[in-house]
This record gives sequence, structure tokens and C-alpha cells, in this order.
Amino acid sequence: MTVIDVRGLRKDFTVRVKAGRFRREARTVAAVDGVDLAVEAGEMLGYIGPNGAGKSTTLKMLTGVLYPSAGHVRVCGLEPVPRRTRLARRIGVVFGQRSQLWWDLPLRESFELLRHVYRVPATDHRTRLKWYRDLLDLDAFADLPVRQLSLGQRMRGELTAALLHGPEVLFLDEPTIGLDVVSKQAVRGFLADLRDAGDTTVVLTTHDLADIERLCRRLVVIDHGRVVHDGTLERLHERYGSRRRVVVDLDEPLATPVDLPGATVESVSADGLRISYALDSATAGALVARLAAVASLRDISVVEPDIEDVVARLYRA
Amino acid sequence: MRPVTATVARPDMTTLRMYAAVAAAEFRRYATYRQAMVAAMFTNSVFGFLRCFVLLAVAGGAAGGAAAGYPRDRLATYVWIGQGLLGTVNIWSPPELAERIRTGDVVADLLRPVNPVMAYLAADLGRFGYAAVTRLVIPIAVGAVAFDLYAPAHPVTYPLFVGSVLCATVVCFACRYLVNATAYWLLDSRGPQIGWVAVSSALSGMAFPLAFLPAPLTTALYLATPLPYLIQVPADVLVERHPPATMAAMVAGQVAWAAVMLAAARLVQRRAERRVVIQGG
Repeated sequence: MTVIDVRGLRKDFTVRVKAGRFRREARTVAAVDGVDLAVEAGEMLGYIGPNGAGKSTTLKMLTGVLYPSAGHVRVCGLEPVPRRTRLARRIGVVFGQRSQLWWDLPLRESFELLRHVYRVPATDHRTRLKWYRDLLDLDAFADLPVRQLSLGQRMRGELTAALLHGPEVLFLDEPTIGLDVVSKQAVRGFLADLRDAGDTTVVLTTHDLADIERLCRRLVVIDHGRVVHDGTLERLHERYGSRRRVVVDLDEPLATPVDLPGATVESVSADGLRISYALDSATAGALVARLAAVASLRDISVVEPDIEDVVARLYRA
Repeated sequence: MRPVTATVARPDMTTLRMYAAVAAAEFRRYATYRQAMVAAMFTNSVFGFLRCFVLLAVAGGAAGGAAAGYPRDRLATYVWIGQGLLGTVNIWSPPELAERIRTGDVVADLLRPVNPVMAYLAADLGRFGYAAVTRLVIPIAVGAVAFDLYAPAHPVTYPLFVGSVLCATVVCFACRYLVNATAYWLLDSRGPQIGWVAVSSALSGMAFPLAFLPAPLTTALYLATPLPYLIQVPADVLVERHPPATMAAMVAGQVAWAAVMLAAARLVQRRAERRVVIQGG
């Protein structure tokens, strides 16, 4: 079942730019320029793009807080802006740089208040809260006012707050921004559990591509308001020529590096003892066998393509 | 473009419980800042003494010892009620909503399944509850210790006063909401905020009783603006400036202004949501 259905989504902003000493000119800028997107129930989608690409603008239109200039949008079968209040009961949203918690109240009281705001039956609330308390280890700081929480603790609170009413769709806008390694791991582990449970559709926007690698099978890349990639990570690597690399350390330098069809020499160290190959069509096994036939190998490592390099190339393109 | 209308839906019990929970949370929030409350009451009391001495001096120089029809004891009572109402009705509230609009944090309010105006009103009534038992009562008690205050003669004055203060709080909330909502269009709402502080201080009865002004101006203020209904009317109710029936009519006027201003706030909020740009990524 398609939970998010977007066709030809567009958002134009009017900006005023200086056009003379006393004159300003109105200029229309398309922040989102004809985005098509279909997300199935239970899917976890990575939605990435460079700064200013239109990610957050898309999220705001999907959650009903921003009017689209054109296009068709349905989330949970509802048109977000006119049905914002109804839709709010069926979605959860976490903005990594904003808070939906009550700053001066203990976290526990924020959760209780959200139970009333979302009209969650007390038994459902208790069950869910118990689940998230255990999973996110909330008890250690649930009685502290939100303003006294660390960023990692607050983010765990934000995730719980966004999920306590049992939303069908969860929108996450940079949920790991500014977190330390341990907190990032805790948040990623939690999201992985959520994905595996399969009853919440998740749209994850982030600049941390490790989040995407660990959590999302499908990736949508947006740039200048347009979708430039929609598919798996593997497809992205294929499309943008990402190659695995094999780095070999030799006991003795070779007179000339070994050549193998389907593999390219990327670099040779100054002493000739380390050679790096990029694999096109050749396999790592074939390359190692070929090298072992002509040289004594000390060490071999296979380096997977780096998603950050691929995405950086994509952004630059 | 579809027409924008502000309708007031009939709330059910679950909705009322939700707003009650929001109000209770806000009550607790204000209760956490006890030192700020003590500092505010101290300041209110200091200015209460200053205003009281000035207005009593005016009364002392007037014929019959009454200024604009207020004898000395009613004038002193008027001052101290005004000092109490200042923090209860909350004329000079910090521009919290405007700041949330400016920073984009207002998105969290818009993503909740509640009407933002009503949710903010519920929160303000929670704040009112805390202020009523602290910032209203204590300055009046301080005034009663230092000055000869007027005690109401009619029993009906007390419930009328409670209703009047509650209505004044709702009217003031809606006025402030409208001032704050200018940030949706202007982003920086300091101009409207300063204008509001100047106008509300001078023309609500906060600085002096409106009867000090020329009669046509006072009449125009009562008929065309909600300002006298913020301080002047509740204060006049407690000092029994008019017969009970007239004061009841004044409180009815407050109810009407509360309805008009709340409808205006909801209308403006809906307009804003149609053109709102949540700031930041």
C-alpha cells in the first residue's frame, strides 16, 4: 500500500534581490521542482541532498505545514495542508534542530501531556511508553526538565514523543545531528528495530550518510529541487561508477605493475611495495590469483566503495 | 483561493480534558520559577507605592479630595488592583510566539493535532491560574497593609470581579496573539510589540484611570477598542464605581470582546498558515 504519494510537487518562493541603488526585484526560486515519490507502507526511505536542495521544504509540505505551489500530495490518503490536524494524529515528526517537548517540564510530564494532545488511550500509552523506556533507556533522565537534558538524551525523548501516539509514518529530519558516537549508535539501533518491526513507514533526511547506509535500502537524492536518484544504494554505486578497490602489499617491488583486464592500477607507492587497483569488471579473486602467480604477497585488503565519495560526486554533478 | 473563515467548533469532553492538561502543565511550568515570581511581585509592589503616592497627590489637590470621581480609598484600591492585574492579565508578556515564529520553532505547534490559538489560550489560562494566586493576591495584600483600601459593599461584586479578571485575561491573550502573529509577515515583530506596550499601558487604565481623559475619548475607547476591558473594567468592578447592573453590563462587554478578539486571532492564524514559511531548514 502506498502511504506517501507525491506527483509533480513544487514549491516556489519569491525572493527580493537588489537591482539598483533603491530598487529591489522580485525573483521566483523553485525550492522543490517537480518531485515524484511513492513510499510503501513499512518502508524506510533515505531522503538526502546538499544544503538548500529542498529536503526540508519537501518534508514541510508532506507534514502539512507548508502549502505546495503545485502538484499532488497524499500522506496516509490525506491532503496534508487542509487535513493537517487529522494528519498530525497519524504521523510523527522529529526535527533534529527543534524540540516538540516542553522545555521547563520533566520529560515524563511531556509524554503525559502528549497523551492528552494526541488523545491516546491510557493503556496504549502505558504499553508504548514502557516499550520505549526500555528500548531507549529513558528512566535515567525521565524526571529531569527537558532543558537539563544532553542532546543525546533529548533526542531519545524526541523520538519517543514522536512515536507515542503510534503514527503510521515517521518523518525524521536530521535526527543524529550533533550527537556523539554512542548516542548516534543508540538512535540508529532504535531506528533499525523500528524498521525491522515493519509497521511504521519512515522518511529519514540526514547529512550523515552512515545513517543511510545502516538503515535504508532505498535512497532518494534531491538536488536543486529535483530527484536525481531514486533506488537502492547498490544502484547508486553502479550508476555513478563506484568501484571496489584492492590494495596489495608486496615483499619485493615489481618491474611493472601486473595488468588484468577489468582492473585498473590506481596508484603505486614510491617504494613500489603497495599497489592499489580499482575493479571494473574483474573480481578481487581473479586479481589476487593473477598477482600471486608473479609476486610474493604480504597483505591484501578489499576496500568497499565509499558512499560519501559517490554522493559528493553526485552533488557536484 | 478558498475563503478563509474562523469557526468555533463545539469542544467535546476529550478536547476539554486535553486543554485542561495543557493548562495544568503551564501552571506547573510557572510554578518552577519561584524566584522570578518573587522578583516580579517585589517590583510590582515598589511601583505600586510610587503610583499610589502620585495618584493620591492628585486626589489631594482635587476638589473634595476625589480625582475624576474616585475618592482616596477607591483610588488607592484601583492602583493596587492594577498592580496585581498587570501580571495576571499579563499585558507585558514576553513575545514567546513571535520568537517561535522567527526561529521556526512554531513548526512544533503546527504539527500537533490541536488548534494553535486554543492551545496557546489553554496554556495562558494555566499561567493565569498560577498568577491569580500569587501576582494578583499578594500586591493587593501589600497595598492593604500600607494604605486604607476600599472593601466592596455588594456581595455580587466578588463573583463579578473574578469573571471580569478571567475575561480580561482572555481579551488580553487574544490581543497579544494578534501582535505576536505579525511575525508571520514581518519576522521581526519588535515594532508592533513596542506599539502594543505603549498603547496598552496608556489606554487600558494601567497608568491612570481612563476617567482622567476627556469624556469623548474615553467613550471612543470603550466602544471601539478592547483596551479598557483589560484593566479599567475589572478594577472599576472591584471599587464599585458603578451600580452592579452597570458593572454586569461591562463584564458582558468583556465577554463580547473576548469572542471578537479570539475569532480574529483564529482568522489571522489561518491566514498565516496559508502563507507561512517555517524559517530554517
